[in-house]
Amino acid sequence: MVASGSPDATTFQNYCYFNTSLSESTIEAGHMDNDYILEMRGITKEFPGVRALHDVTLRVRRGEIHAICGENGAGKSTLMKVLSGVHPSGSYTGDIVYEGNICNFKTIRDSERVGIVIIHQELALSPFLSISENIFLGNERSRLGVVDWLDTTRQAKELLEKVGLHEDPATRIADIGVGKQQLVEIAKALSKEVKLLILDEPTAALNDDDSDNLLNLIRQLRAEGITCIMISHKLSELERIADTNTIIRDGETIESLDMHGDTDHSQEHIIRAMVGRPLDNRFPVHTSTVGEEILRIEDWTVYHPIDTERKVVDGASLNIRRGEIVGLAGLMGAGRTELAMSLFGRTYGTKISGRVFKNGEEIQTRTVEETMHHGIAYATEDRKKYGLNLIQTVKENVTSAGLNKLAKMGVIEIEAETGVAEEYRKELNIKTPSIEVPASKLSGGNQQKVVLAKWMYTDPDVLILDEPTRGIDVGAKYEIYTIIDQLADSGRGVLMISSELPELLGVCDRIYTLSEGHITGCLNRDEATQESLMTLMTLDKDDLQ
Amino acid sequence: MIKELVGKNLRQYGIMLALVAIVIIFAFATKGRLIIPNNLWALVQQNAYVLILALGMLMVIIAGHIDLSVGSVVAFIGAVVGYMMYTWHVNWILAVAAGLVIGLLVGAWHGFWVAYVKVPAFVVTLAGMLLFRGLAQVVAAKTMAGFPAGFNAIAGGSLPNIFGHIPNPLAGLFAAGSPFGQPLDGLTLAIGIIGIVGLILQSWRARRSQISHGLPVGPLSLLVVRWALLSVAILVVTYLLSMNLIGGTPIVLIIVGVLILIYAFVTSRTVFGRHVYAVGGNRNGALLSGVNTARVDFGIFVNMGFLTAVAAVVTTSRAGAAVAAAGQNFELDAIASCFIGGAAVTGGVGKVAGAVVGALIMGVLNMGLSILNVDSNWQMAIKGLVLLFAVSLDLVSKRRNAVA
Repeated sequence: MVASGSPDATTFQNYCYFNTSLSESTIEAGHMDNDYILEMRGITKEFPGVRALHDVTLRVRRGEIHAICGENGAGKSTLMKVLSGVHPSGSYTGDIVYEGNICNFKTIRDSERVGIVIIHQELALSPFLSISENIFLGNERSRLGVVDWLDTTRQAKELLEKVGLHEDPATRIADIGVGKQQLVEIAKALSKEVKLLILDEPTAALNDDDSDNLLNLIRQLRAEGITCIMISHKLSELERIADTNTIIRDGETIESLDMHGDTDHSQEHIIRAMVGRPLDNRFPVHTSTVGEEILRIEDWTVYHPIDTERKVVDGASLNIRRGEIVGLAGLMGAGRTELAMSLFGRTYGTKISGRVFKNGEEIQTRTVEETMHHGIAYATEDRKKYGLNLIQTVKENVTSAGLNKLAKMGVIEIEAETGVAEEYRKELNIKTPSIEVPASKLSGGNQQKVVLAKWMYTDPDVLILDEPTRGIDVGAKYEIYTIIDQLADSGRGVLMISSELPELLGVCDRIYTLSEGHITGCLNRDEATQESLMTLMTLDKDDLQ
Repeated sequence: MIKELVGKNLRQYGIMLALVAIVIIFAFATKGRLIIPNNLWALVQQNAYVLILALGMLMVIIAGHIDLSVGSVVAFIGAVVGYMMYTWHVNWILAVAAGLVIGLLVGAWHGFWVAYVKVPAFVVTLAGMLLFRGLAQVVAAKTMAGFPAGFNAIAGGSLPNIFGHIPNPLAGLFAAGSPFGQPLDGLTLAIGIIGIVGLILQSWRARRSQISHGLPVGPLSLLVVRWALLSVAILVVTYLLSMNLIGGTPIVLIIVGVLILIYAFVTSRTVFGRHVYAVGGNRNGALLSGVNTARVDFGIFVNMGFLTAVAAVVTTSRAGAAVAAAGQNFELDAIASCFIGGAAVTGGVGKVAGAVVGALIMGVLNMGLSILNVDSNWQMAIKGLVLLFAVSLDLVSKRRNAVA
C-alpha cells in the first residue's frame, strides 16, 4: 500500500510498518469508495492525574475536509499532538494507521516526513526572517550546508503563487498581516509535500476577507488531493466547508457527522453533542443576596497589541451587582481574558476605549495600582506565569498584593505578616507544610488558594476570577466554589470566567456570553442551559446584526 | 533526619564553608602571613569597594538586571571629588557630599533609560561604562594627589584609640616582637563583643517570634552551634584587628559594616526590598499584583549609583589620588561576588549575606595570591575559574535537588 514511487518510501518505512494484521474494516473500506488516509484507533492519552483522551477514534477519508469540534479542553489539540508526534509514540495507547500502515512517530519530523503537517493556532514563524527563509526553515535548499538562495527564492515564489500570496519572498514576516502569515504557513506545509494538512483554528485571528480567502484555498487544496483536518469553533464556517465533522467531548469521540448526508447535522445538533455533559451536584448549595450595582462597563473596545487593526473586544457592556456571582462564558479566542486584563490596569491590548463605573461613578483604570485602588482585583488565568512568584514563599505570595497594609514607612512588620499568612492558611485550608515554603511546592489547587488569599487580603469590592478551577482536582474545586460563595455573601461582586459550562451553571447567578469579542447574550441561572450558552458562544458576528 | 538537616544546612552554608576553607588553605600556603594583623587590615581596606558595590549589584541582579558601568562611574566620581578638592580647594566633607549626589544622579540617568525607556540594562550600562570612563579621563586629565588628611583617613584611618590598650593575654605564646603578641585595642574589642551580643540577641528574638507564631524552627542545638561558630569567627577577626600596629578598627570597616546591616534590612524587611524580589522572580506577576515595576527598576539603579559613589570615595581616599584609570574591572568583581554568593542569573534569588561572603572569597583570593607573588595575570585567570566553578556547582546542586 506504500506508494513505491514516492521519494519518501524508504523513510516512510522507518516510522511505519506494513501491518499484516490490518483490521478487516480497513480492507473493506478500501474496497468501497471510502478510502481512508488516516485512522486513529482507540487512542488513550493520560497526563499525570488527568485522562486527556479516552479511546478516541478518528477516521479521515482521502481528499476530504474533516472538521473537529469540541469545547475548550475537550482534547482536540491533544489528539492532533498525538497524531503529529508532539506526544511521541509510547506516551499514548492505541494505533495511528496512516496510508494503511501503523505509524509510531517519535517527533514532528517523523510525521512531516510522511506528509502530515500541523499548523498551530499560534503561528510558528520567525518574525525577522523573510518569507522564503521561513518557508524553508529547517528544510533549507542547500548544498553541503551552503544555502542556495537562487533556488530558495525560485521555489518560494512558486509556492506563494500556489497559495495566492502576492508578496516578494524577501519580505520580512513581521511586515505582513496575520492572514498572509497563515498563507506562508500553508506554503511551508506545501514545501514539505504535505498529504494531510492539520489546521488548528486557522481563522480564529483572521478578519472576514482573510478567512474567506483561506477557506477558498483549503477547498482548492482539496481539489488537488490534499486531505485537511481543521479544528474550529466557528460552526457556520464548518457548515460551509467541512465534508465530515467529528465531535469530541471530554476526551471521547461523540460522533462523526457526514455534512452532506441526510442525518441531522444542524448547528443545534452539533451544539448538543459538544456540551452534553452531565450536570451533577459538585457545587455547594448557595443563594445569593443581590444588592445594588457595584461595577458597570460600557462599550468596552480593545484592539490587539500587535495586530492593531483587529478588535479583540468589541463594544462589550456588562454589569455586576453586590453579592452577585456573574459568569463570563466564551470559547478560546472569544476575548474573555483580554476583556478582563484590559480592564485591569490596561495590562492587555491597545486603543482601549469605553467607560467603567463603580457604584455609579465613572472611574479610570489606567494602571494596576489605580484599578486596585478602586477595589477591583483580578486573579489571572495562568497562575504559574502571572498569578504567583513561584520562588517566593507562600507567605510572601499571600501578602504580595496588599503589602502596603503591613508596612509602616516602607518597613514590613514581619510578625504581622506571618499572622496574616497563617490566618489565610487556616481560613482557606491551604495545604502546605509551612507558610515558609516556596509556592512552587504546592499542588495546583493549593496554589490557586494562595492566589485567592492574595487578592482577598487586598479587601476588594469586585473580584474577577479567570478560570479559578483550571487544572485542579474535584475536591479543591469544591473548596474554591465555597470560597467564591462566601466572597459574594460578604457583599462583594464576583465575575467568574470559565471554560466549563457546568461550573458556570452551578456557581453563577447570571452568565454573559462572549463571541468574537462581542457580548452575545446574558442569561439568568434559571434560564441558562449548556445548549443555550453554547449557541450564544458560537454566534457569528454577522448573526448579531 | 539528621542527614537531611545536615544536607540542607550544608547547602545553605556551603559558600561560608568554602570561604573558611580558602582562608585556611591560604593561611597555610602563606605560612600564616595571610592572617597577620596588618594583612588582615589591608584585606579589609583593599576589598571594601567590592563589598560596597556587591550590595548594590545584588539588588540589580535580583531584579534581573546587570550594571556594567560601576567601574567607570567609580573613576568618574573619584575624579570629580578629587578635582573639587585639588583645584577648587573645596572642603573635603562637601566634596564627598557632592560625590554622593552625583552618584544618585548617575543612577537616575541609568534608571531612566532602563525603567522608563525600557532599554535593556546591559546596553544602558555598557553605554554608561564608555560614557563615564570618557568623562573621567576628561576630568582627571592628569593625576590629582595631595588631599586633606580627613579625606585620606576614610580608607586609611582607624577609629581613635579611646579605650586605650590592654595587655595581650596570649602574648606569652608568641616570641617577643611577633605580630601576634601585640597589646589589644580596647575599642576594637568592645565593637567585636557588641557585634557578637547583637547577633545572638537578634537571632534569638527571630526564633522566639517564629515559635510564638507556631512556625517550625530548627533544633536549639543547631542554633547554639551556629552562635559558637560565628562568635569564634568574630572573636578571631577582632583579636587580630585589635593588635594591628597601625591602629584598631579601620574606619572603612565601620562604613562597610553599617552598609551591610542596612542592606540586609532593606532586602528582607522593607516593601521596596520585597518588590525587588517580586520583580525579579516574576515581572508580569508583580505588575499584575500592583507593583510599579518601573519605579522599582528606577530605585534599584539610583541606589546602585549611590553605592558606586561611596565606593568611589573609598577608592580615591585609599589611593590618595584621583586617577582616570581607577576602578578598572570593579563591575566584574562585584558581579562575580553576587554570583559566587548564590544570586541567580535569572533573577529573583540572592541574599546580602551571600554576596558579602562572595566578596570576601574574591578578596581572600586576591590577597592570598598576591602574598604568594602569583603573577597578576594568573590571578585573573584563577578568579575566572573560581567564578565558573562556584556558579556551576550551585546550579548542578540545585538541579539535583529539584530532581530528588
